[in-house]
Amino acid sequence: MSHHIIEAKDLRYIYPDGTSALQGISFRITHGESVAVIGANGAGKSTLLQHLNGCLFPQSGTLRIGDSPLTKDTLTLIRRTVGMVFQDPDDQLFMPTVFDDVAFGPLNLGLPPQEVESRVNRALEIVGATHLRERPPYKLSGGEKRAVSIATVLSMSPDILVMDEPTSNLDPRSRRLLIEMLKTFKHTKIFATHDLDLVLDLCERSIVLKQGLVVADGPTVEIMNDQALLEDSRLEKPFRLQSCPICGGAKANAGS
Amino acid sequence: MSSISTHAYDLGTMDRLSRQDTSVHRLDGRAKLLTTLVFIVTVVSFGRYEVSAMIPFFIYPLVLCSLGNIPLVYLVRKIIVVAPFAILVGIFNPIIDRQILTTLGSAQISGGWISFISILIRFTLTVWAALTLVAITGFNAVCAALEKLGVPRVFVVQLMFLYRYLFVLIDESLRLVRARSLRSFNGKGSGIRTFGSMVGHLLLRTLDRAQRIHQAMSCRGFSGEIRVLRPASFGLGDVAYVLGWSVLFVGLRLFNLPHLIGNGLTRLFA
Repeated sequence: MSHHIIEAKDLRYIYPDGTSALQGISFRITHGESVAVIGANGAGKSTLLQHLNGCLFPQSGTLRIGDSPLTKDTLTLIRRTVGMVFQDPDDQLFMPTVFDDVAFGPLNLGLPPQEVESRVNRALEIVGATHLRERPPYKLSGGEKRAVSIATVLSMSPDILVMDEPTSNLDPRSRRLLIEMLKTFKHTKIFATHDLDLVLDLCERSIVLKQGLVVADGPTVEIMNDQALLEDSRLEKPFRLQSCPICGGAKANAGS
Repeated sequence: MSSISTHAYDLGTMDRLSRQDTSVHRLDGRAKLLTTLVFIVTVVSFGRYEVSAMIPFFIYPLVLCSLGNIPLVYLVRKIIVVAPFAILVGIFNPIIDRQILTTLGSAQISGGWISFISILIRFTLTVWAALTLVAITGFNAVCAALEKLGVPRVFVVQLMFLYRYLFVLIDESLRLVRARSLRSFNGKGSGIRTFGSMVGHLLLRTLDRAQRIHQAMSCRGFSGEIRVLRPASFGLGDVAYVLGWSVLFVGLRLFNLPHLIGNGLTRLFA
């Protein structure tokens, strides 16, 4: 199943104001992988994410999603393949009711009404938001908004899920529920996040960005234990790998 | 600051009222919209000195509010909020138009006062009807009805987005206002200059958000047309609703009911 593959070769992108956000990024993500893209603020995570479904086009280098390169002609296909969940649910939920919002994508794909209906129901069921169907999105809590945002993407049956800061602004319980839910998804998943504990839970592989370049790409556990690399990329060890300040345990030992 | 949040809360109340399930709530949005339009057109079409013939028209919003379980006090308060506009429109009539039209006991009443009262009644009727329409239909359903009746989609989509992001905008401006008031002391920092920069900020943020929303829409296959899945059924009940009310309105427009009753009573006792 080659259509779940994402392959970037020497991606470069410079913003109109001269900021060079990506300076030659290459990676290959294969079917079913769950990958974290981590790095400091301004490292290029968001820019990279915007390339993955054609909100931005690479200025040089190539990006292949599945069998096709990202071009203006393949845009529809690629947007269908890649489901993008934005950081702020208020940007993602723009329709009058939750139902309309989840139906927005499938209707634009030109699916027949019955199929749209059943897809909406299935998507809402997966995220546990069936009871919110008729509610207006601005009345939902943060956790509910996030769940519905994910449903709006699931209803298009994407092969690849891309999420920008999925746990931002969530209370611990909602965050935990979200993580448990994401664990059950069989899609190829890409997360851009600062929540490194989430990375530890969900991603077997991490790509570390720094100033528009990939500085590390490998198993999450190895990367999270590489103190020098983390410090150099303005990151910190996930809390769970740090020693407990109350019950003691030498900090020096925690990393080894 | 508090007044903005009160208004936001008020919008929420309107939304809540529109989600009830009563006989008038269940009617098709188009039927209610059309009837309201007929109502407004008939009321507005009365002559400038007409007062008594418009009184029976109060039956329409009254019936809808009671059937739709809409608290009268709530709507009346909303009407009072916008009343100054109507008062401003009519307040000069008594000064300009001093011709005596009628007498009430020994008091002479000029045409100006009558047309002023006529304007106020008209205003109350039309605003009340429009508010009731939204309260028993819901803003988005009114938009959907507009679209189905052939209003250009661009306008309808604009309205829908306006309503959707009004809440976000209010939240954002409240945060700005709060942040300013926490760091302004003795009236310093709350002048027009800071206000200007705040409005500018709000505009820039809004533009940013608009761009992100557009991206989110494109990501889900948006190509210039908003598609909504909503089974619409304009049934016999809806037809009867529109026709019934319209006939009543036109009848009340053609025949001055209070006048007829008055004449009848006079003849009875004469």
